[in-house]
Amino acid sequence: MAKIELTVNGKKCSGEVEDRVLLANFLRDTLNLTGTHVGCDTSQCGACTVHVDGRAIKSCTLLAVQADGADVVTIEGLAKNGKLHPAQAAFTECHALQCGFCTPGMIMTTAALIKDTPNPTDEEIVHGLEGNLCRCTGYINIVKAVKRAAELQGK
Amino acid sequence: MFAFQYRKAKTLKEAGEWLSKDDEAKPLSGGMTLIPTLKARLANPTQLIDLNGLSELSGIEVKDGALIIGATTRHHQVATSKVVRDAIPALADLASHIGDPQVRNRGTLGGSVANNDPAADYPSAVLGLNAKVITNKREIAADDFFQGMFATALEPGELIVRIAFPLPKKAAYAKFPHPASGYAMAGVFVAQTTAGIRVAVTGAGPGVFRWSDAEQALAKGMNAAAIEKLTLAADDLNEDIHGTREYRAQLAKVMAARAVAALA
Repeated sequence: MAKIELTVNGKKCSGEVEDRVLLANFLRDTLNLTGTHVGCDTSQCGACTVHVDGRAIKSCTLLAVQADGADVVTIEGLAKNGKLHPAQAAFTECHALQCGFCTPGMIMTTAALIKDTPNPTDEEIVHGLEGNLCRCTGYINIVKAVKRAAELQGK
Repeated sequence: MFAFQYRKAKTLKEAGEWLSKDDEAKPLSGGMTLIPTLKARLANPTQLIDLNGLSELSGIEVKDGALIIGATTRHHQVATSKVVRDAIPALADLASHIGDPQVRNRGTLGGSVANNDPAADYPSAVLGLNAKVITNKREIAADDFFQGMFATALEPGELIVRIAFPLPKKAAYAKFPHPASGYAMAGVFVAQTTAGIRVAVTGAGPGVFRWSDAEQALAKGMNAAAIEKLTLAADDLNEDIHGTREYRAQLAKVMAARAVAALA
């Protein structure tokens, strides 16, 4: 067991975790932040994407103990003062989802993508979403939503 | 996942000692292969020794005609580093196409090279650029380092500290990624160096290898046409549901020609 202290969505958190517990499970089971989804559990689908120290990572492929001292942002922490993040607003506006299971990860990846690349091309968007799988939409509206999120961010 | 003990090393010396004392301990760098392997219960280490944050294993610099990159440098850092882009743009380009953005934000140069996945991208750059692998014990030439599928010259307790890539005159990498995984079905790194032309092929065979026929052909004329006349022997290449060995031989040839065309 290890004692960890980290910042999650701006709040200091601590917990005792077994060394083998994944960050995704710590967020979901200990902190009850169930917006982070575990889709494939094989590090491919990206549904569990969160930001660790400002970078998008798959929280099912990082041990919770490795996040000791880190600054973590999950889908629950993206909206600020009741105002949706541009990526959340754009996914809603463009109807960039069907079942919605992949959406938290898609939005966390989009938020990171438009921070690094404020005006992404279609090719940069497709390349940027390679770590996130959606099994419903065919990605058309997701790509539209990423473009829209970049526009909203620029306003 | 089987249970293990996690320990974060404070110094390289400490990490080396912990690993030397326990044959069943594993070093943890980016974890992009190791953690999925643990999740699938394909490995059962006693301890994970975390190398992240060790100052000896970080940093990017050009020194004495070589680009030197610390082992825990993440793919994203290599892809976006101005020092790398200026020194060896082909290496930054290679890093920008590994896996996906989340993987590039965690995965490390040293981890990829030490793992020596036969379809990983970095081994082709290490071999193609005739790099030196500097460990906590010695320096290993790229030609001696890679020893076939997931096998390297690293001894128990030996850790990659940094890799020194001699600056080439020109270099380019072309890969045909598997559409689902992004791993190279065939990837070819071509470099024109002071020590001659080197062509390293990843993805197609059981481990990265130099294609000597292509090196000799390019020495006579650095153009894609020189590659098109060649046939890469398929006998020792990989064959699976994604492609036959003959298909991979052809892909490697096409990637080699594309890399040569990109050198110009």
